[in-house]
Amino acid sequence: MSRRAWVTATSGVVAAGLIKTQADAVALVPQQAPDARPVPRPPGRFPSGLGQRAPAEQPRRMFREALSSSSRTPLQDLMGIVTPADLHFERHHGGVPDIVSDDHELLVHGMVDRPMTFRMADLKRYPQLSRIQFLECSGNGGGAYSRDDMPTDITVQALDGLLSTSEWTGVPVSTILREVGVRRGASWILAEGADSSLLARSVPLDKVMDDALFAYGQNGEAIRPEQGYPLRLFLPGWEGNANVKWLRRIEVTDRPTFTREETSKYTDPLDDGTARQFSFTMDAKSVITFPSYPFALPDRGWWEIKGLAWSGRGRIARVEVSTDGGRSWADAQLQGPVLPKCTTRFRHLFEWNGGETIVLSRATDETGYVQPTLQQLWAARGTATAYHQNHQRAWKIASTGEVTFGLGDLV
Amino acid sequence: MGLTVALCACGSPANEPGGGALADGALLGMPEGLPMHAPARFSIGSEAPSDRVAMWDIDAKPDGEGLPMGSGTVAQGRQVFETFCVECHGATGTEGPNDALVGGDEWGEQMPSVRTVGNYWQYSTTLFDYIRRAMPQLTPGLLTSNETYAVIAYLLYLNEIVPEDAVMTAETLAAVEMPARDRFIVDDREGGDGPIR
Repeated sequence: MSRRAWVTATSGVVAAGLIKTQADAVALVPQQAPDARPVPRPPGRFPSGLGQRAPAEQPRRMFREALSSSSRTPLQDLMGIVTPADLHFERHHGGVPDIVSDDHELLVHGMVDRPMTFRMADLKRYPQLSRIQFLECSGNGGGAYSRDDMPTDITVQALDGLLSTSEWTGVPVSTILREVGVRRGASWILAEGADSSLLARSVPLDKVMDDALFAYGQNGEAIRPEQGYPLRLFLPGWEGNANVKWLRRIEVTDRPTFTREETSKYTDPLDDGTARQFSFTMDAKSVITFPSYPFALPDRGWWEIKGLAWSGRGRIARVEVSTDGGRSWADAQLQGPVLPKCTTRFRHLFEWNGGETIVLSRATDETGYVQPTLQQLWAARGTATAYHQNHQRAWKIASTGEVTFGLGDLV
Repeated sequence: MGLTVALCACGSPANEPGGGALADGALLGMPEGLPMHAPARFSIGSEAPSDRVAMWDIDAKPDGEGLPMGSGTVAQGRQVFETFCVECHGATGTEGPNDALVGGDEWGEQMPSVRTVGNYWQYSTTLFDYIRRAMPQLTPGLLTSNETYAVIAYLLYLNEIVPEDAVMTAETLAAVEMPARDRFIVDDREGGDGPIR
């Protein structure tokens, strides 16, 4: 096509104002001969009943096949604060039961005026509440708590993947306890699951009246079987084990039951011959999810350090990041929303000069509690407990860009 | 969430620990999530059948409440243990592969690394509560009450807590004082900018 012919053919386009400059017109010159057969674009897929992840995006939990076992959330693969429900961590003690929702009932009895049973359809008729909050196993991070054998080749998933965040939906426990009429003198409940181990925990009544949910929803859909389908107790900010899954019974009592899970397990032996019991609250903690093992920074230059911070006592007030092994600290940016008893995403822009260094984060919650160092925890508790390991996490960046866990010689 | 906080007149903001005790909530207003015009009772749900309560109320408390009738001896317990328990806990309750149940050093100033029924279990009734709930792991619920009392007698005997002629019943089990009983303290962490605990 001659230039004159092309200009003539496109004059209507120019007249319509779609081509404003000579440069635009030149950019529209066809690249192929007019009789060359172009390669067509293939049509896409039809809509479907259930979406799928892109084939190249296949994050997975890491797990051990056993009846009493766990799986861990791939924190390094996730963005924002919400955990996809199929990647939420698991911890169960007798396997995942297959429960038919229509057959499931919750029994509430004990020190109440009216012992009652509630079918799932009954519970869903009550006024509904949703909150975005984290759930963390109190054993999370215990893998990094060995004075003699501190691992360096450990991923953030293996280390702290017993942490997930969801939008939980359900009916406040207080609403149901109001319905059954709690008797004066009651001070605890016993919550019991319908799994094969009938897992049971005692919970103080003031906590369940404050903010506990009978949760049946997770991220907009029914709770997954691994998370307690069709019903779980959700105790915002409290250790995962007390958030009893497959919930079938609440007994209102005037004292704890002292089940195995609150005596021989989930208690914290200290350095003075005692053990801490009913240590429910998850203290403030943060973890850098990028960069972390086994990632290697391919180039020096600008990188954004990213991570999660959370506290079982309220909102995260501040996260500081050190890029020099803890000698100096800078405030990280907190990515909204900053919600109570929820993970908060933090970010810190960092120019890596190619030298060996250590990056750390430390969270402060709205009570003023500052995430401690490992040395502070050892000084306060000794080394006999691996529960509630919320000390500052460190990642070492080698001059090769390779990232490993820990402070190296500094422990 | 702001709306529900505004409507919560129970004396403390939602999501704050330690607040909203029952008496306040009962006396001062509506629980979180309920509008002011919510009824005192919704009448949604059913009266619990007493046989359901009896069938499901299986927990046992430290004073013996909830323990069923039945009894078992150390000798009977040895048979139960060898039939149902050795595969996971070992011939003498120390070999694993699952939790060691017997022995472990005495709990002094330092907690021994091996925590067993003998050195770390706080109440004897927890044994009944837990075994009835969850053991044997692959067939929980299989043991009779007599077998459960018997295997507890055997475990307490192996841990040198009861004599070889001990007979466990609801009364005798609740009376057993465990070595670790007074070692536990209620959580003293409280957040804030005080010392790390």
